[in-house]
Amino acid sequence: MKIFLARRLAQSLLVLLGVSFIVFFILYLTGDPALVLLPPDSSEEDVQKFRQAMGFNDPFIVQYGRFLVGALHGNFGQSVRHGEPAFNLVVERMPATFELSGAALLVALCLAIPAGIVSAVRRNTVLDYISTVVALLGQSMPTFWLGIMLILVFSVQFNLLPSSGRGNLEHLILPAITLGLFTTARITRLTRSGMLEVLSQDYIRTARAKGVSGPPVVWKHALKNAAIPIVTIVGIELGTLLGGSVITETIFAWPGVGRLSVQAIYNRDYPVVQAAVFLLSSTFVLVNLVVDVLYTYLDPRIRLR
Amino acid sequence: MSVPISARTIDLAGARRPARREWIVFARRLARRRTALFGLVVVTVVIVSALGASWLSAYDPIEQDIANRLRPPGSVDAAGRTHLLGTDHLGRDILARMIFGARPALMVGFAAVAISGVLGMGVGLISGYFGGRIDDVFMRLADIQLAFPFILLAIAVIGVLGPSLPVIIVVIGVSSWVVYARVVRGAVLSLREREFVQAAHALGSRDGRVLVRHILPNALTPWLVVATLDMARVIVIESALSFLGLGVQPPTPTWGGMLADGRVYISTAWWLATFPGLAILITVLGINLFGDGLRDTLDPRLKL
Repeated sequence: MKIFLARRLAQSLLVLLGVSFIVFFILYLTGDPALVLLPPDSSEEDVQKFRQAMGFNDPFIVQYGRFLVGALHGNFGQSVRHGEPAFNLVVERMPATFELSGAALLVALCLAIPAGIVSAVRRNTVLDYISTVVALLGQSMPTFWLGIMLILVFSVQFNLLPSSGRGNLEHLILPAITLGLFTTARITRLTRSGMLEVLSQDYIRTARAKGVSGPPVVWKHALKNAAIPIVTIVGIELGTLLGGSVITETIFAWPGVGRLSVQAIYNRDYPVVQAAVFLLSSTFVLVNLVVDVLYTYLDPRIRLR
Repeated sequence: MSVPISARTIDLAGARRPARREWIVFARRLARRRTALFGLVVVTVVIVSALGASWLSAYDPIEQDIANRLRPPGSVDAAGRTHLLGTDHLGRDILARMIFGARPALMVGFAAVAISGVLGMGVGLISGYFGGRIDDVFMRLADIQLAFPFILLAIAVIGVLGPSLPVIIVVIGVSSWVVYARVVRGAVLSLREREFVQAAHALGSRDGRVLVRHILPNALTPWLVVATLDMARVIVIESALSFLGLGVQPPTPTWGGMLADGRVYISTAWWLATFPGLAILITVLGINLFGDGLRDTLDPRLKL
């Protein structure tokens, strides 16, 4: 177990190193930062001096090293627009993004797991067809369109729910549904196929033959085994949710990291973009590490691989 | 005296006919799945409208007519022409823009899938066949790739390089190879132990030839399924980028761009945002249905 943990941890660190490299490289692609940061009428001499002072003349690898050391200390430079450290700006908005992603995941799990189970147990009934069709639609629907349609119906037509901003629970409902639908669809399909596979196993037949009937077989025997792939996908889907929050936050004016980074890109505020991409990716890597460790408790065979 | 044996000594002309029959059997089996057939019809309609947009559409998609702005679906303008799905905030015909909007969607879809498909196929073949260090390196790269919230990475890169069709295609293409590589690698791992591969080795085929002539054709089935389903994902991403203003730039009509325009008028003119969204939904649904059918027919055990 210790060896597994150590290896998995080393892997995560390696992935983070790769992430940092790509994040740095994105800024490197923007070209000469001196021309962006200095006033346009600066003399050639000033530009040269500035470059020397900021270290833009150093070799690529040295610049990357400096960036990496800074990133480890939470230093991504000052935001060009807000004049605050980029790191602080991003960290301030993280709770909002976590709240939205968490709510979306909750919506997804609460809808998808019962729907998937019912679909599998009552296979080829009307209920199964309805849940399958809804899942298929959910997987094909673009998030931003769903968000706009929900606003159209619930905010514009019936005036039931607010269409923008963050505040109480009411503000959370539409964005959480919007962000969660794709994940709901994925988990529904996965739960259904997982349950179908498990329900046809010998040990389920044995349990039924012993006289265990109906619901207990489903809940105690089948779901426990069907849960393993669901746990994995929750980890992966969290990446989808964190990424998808960019669009959902833009539609609902949700004050999170996603909206901040879209605005930062429009404003060419690259330190903020770097900090946002790096921190969101790190969160994702961390969550997947936790999921993998949890996973070994559910399925000890994994450890031996 | 030994006679050199090679693949050429086998009568290939005789072997070809059953392969063709196999293809017909496959097509029949696919056609029996009604949902897959429906998907195929939808995809065909979208492709045809993209190709024949200029003939199909009665209107110029970028022709503005301010006198007829924000007209609801079915309204008739002064010249007696019907706008079946209404007009937008600049008086442009929505149906025409939807038909032309299929072009950038499919162009990005096909081109990006081609790039990521070829990249992923190459990585999967090499990784699975040679294993060892190379495999480790590629699979770690795949982990790094998957650690990024994709949309965020895409908008960051496109925001820096500036939005244009080639940039969008390359960014999506280069960052979507992982699924292909994993599926192909999985197929290669089992294929390389099979007798026909060992036979090819025994006959003196070099690695490159074995990979291209014997392993690649057999790994093509799962690859094709992944490519089909990935196409749906890419089209959603393309429209998401256009929605954020980071896709193909106006005045070229894009579904995502139309949605972004329509969002502003959501409380007064619902049709602006509704119809382009339906176009994306139906296209993506069609591709997904076709892809699911393809998977179930070709390789029901494939888990995607």
